[in-house]
Amino acid sequence: MRYARVLCAAAGLAVGLAGQPATAQSDDRTAAEFDKFREVLEEANPAELWELKGEELWRQKRGPKNASLEQCDLGLGAGVLKGAYVQLPRYFADTGKVMDAEQRIVHCMITLQGFKYEDLANRPFSRGNYTPDPVSIVTYVAAQSREMKIAVPQSHPKERETYEIGRQIFFYRAGPWDFSCASCHGADGLRIRTQNLPNFTKPGAQAARSFIGWPGYRMTGGVMHSLQWRMNDCFRQQRFPEPGYASDTIAALLTYMAVNSNGQLYRGPGIKR
Amino acid sequence: MRKAIVFAGVAAVAAGCATMQDEAAYREQAVAWMKRDFHARGMAKTDRLNQDELQRACTQYNNNPPEALVKRVEAAEMAGIKLPADGKYLGDWKRGQRIASSGRGMTWSDKPGAAGGSCYNCHQLSPQQPSFGTIGPSLRGYGKTRGYTAENRKYVYQRIYNSKAFSMCSTMPRFGHSGTLNEQQIKDVAAYLMDPASPVNQ
Ligand code: HEC
Ligand code: HEC
Repeated sequence: MRYARVLCAAAGLAVGLAGQPATAQSDDRTAAEFDKFREVLEEANPAELWELKGEELWRQKRGPKNASLEQCDLGLGAGVLKGAYVQLPRYFADTGKVMDAEQRIVHCMITLQGFKYEDLANRPFSRGNYTPDPVSIVTYVAAQSREMKIAVPQSHPKERETYEIGRQIFFYRAGPWDFSCASCHGADGLRIRTQNLPNFTKPGAQAARSFIGWPGYRMTGGVMHSLQWRMNDCFRQQRFPEPGYASDTIAALLTYMAVNSNGQLYRGPGIKR
Repeated sequence: MRKAIVFAGVAAVAAGCATMQDEAAYREQAVAWMKRDFHARGMAKTDRLNQDELQRACTQYNNNPPEALVKRVEAAEMAGIKLPADGKYLGDWKRGQRIASSGRGMTWSDKPGAAGGSCYNCHQLSPQQPSFGTIGPSLRGYGKTRGYTAENRKYVYQRIYNSKAFSMCSTMPRFGHSGTLNEQQIKDVAAYLMDPASPVNQ
């Protein structure tokens, strides 16, 4: 019942947003509407729908090996979910590399359940009524770190190395428009049209905008998106070729930004415009 | 005495130079990872990951390369600008307005040829368009305040064609150099900035 109400509110807003021309007035109106709806949604966050779906997917026996994900180790031991998300990306001895949350979930779906990477990478982003399973699962996992501080580890040498590689990727200028991530996210107070661009090179609250509210229910389109999607769409805007889904390049970028977010409070899956 | 000098040298390497070597090594790894992890999509092929000399230097020097290098590269970028054969730098500001407003072009979801200038993503221009970005300076009233001179018309054309000829590590894309905008499109956007009738100058 509660979910039905939320869904209707969200769908109404999504329709409203889609029909508006992109002007500052409508952006202001949109922002006001967004704030209003965020208030309504705060006590009944639409992300909870995907949390429930993700929990089901986590517990069910699925895939060619007919196994659940309950033995999946997200860094704190097999099946330990509480606090795992705010400590990812991190180093995993079994793969010998630093992995982000969704990449690790995909890894578990492959090793424990027998799914194929190619199938999972085929349509990895939400669209319309379609939500890929890893997106629901990462939403469920993220929700188990609600109201916890971001504490992404840098104690293993590989974790420090991955941070440095991520930093280099962040500042790497290339492509027909000579952009890097830093072109849009490397200084304070920048804006594209009316969208504020957080400065992810600045440790603390600004950088934490790369972490807080993700995975997020996106009002534009009314779908749940994870950081995998956000990275993909930013590389598109950067005029780069397409990064592999759940690849090490993305894990490195997420490591760089997440470590810069350390100490900030994570409130759980959220709402994004 | 000699020992002390050697020791100082080692310390210097450990403190400063080693860090720069590390940076270069990490950058090499970063490039290797990207080349392994990216694939072509639409018009965005993987050769886009290869840096030209300018991109490499701006990355390496954190957008602040040594003066001599800046002079040399800016001169080369300037020499690469193709000026219109008819000697006219301005086109139709109305068409220019559409190009300035369009954020399309060069992404994997764009069709080749369907390109805009994204000018409003980074600049304020016409007072009638309140949705503008702030990565670049405001260009409101540009022609009116700078003066509608022949020199300025040429400068604006060149700026749009290749901003890096004036500021090597500028955030502004090289619209002509990259083949994003053709000669007529650059003229049209230049007119949007420099035509006295354009809303930019009202
Ligand atoms: C051409 C400009 C541009 C480039 C280049 C770019 N981004 Fe973005 N980025 C944006 C825009 C626009 C948004 C959306 C802001 C909003 O929704 O308000 C965004 C949003 C984000 C967000 C989510 C912020 C939030 O508030 O939730 C993250 C994280 C991010 N970008 C990271 C990156 C990374 C990493 C790169 C390099 C791979 C990158 N971006 C490159 C323009 C860019
Ligand atoms: C990604 C951001 C970006 C985009 C897109 C962009 N610019 Fe710029 N532009 C800048 C920046 C930053 C500067 C500041 C000078 C510099 O760094 O080169 C600038 C400078 C300029 C200048 C020189 C201003 C002066 O004081 O003489 C002109 C003219 C200009 N831009 C026009 C345009 C036009 C026309 C377009 C669209 C075709 C455009 N720009 C697109 C970022 C951008």
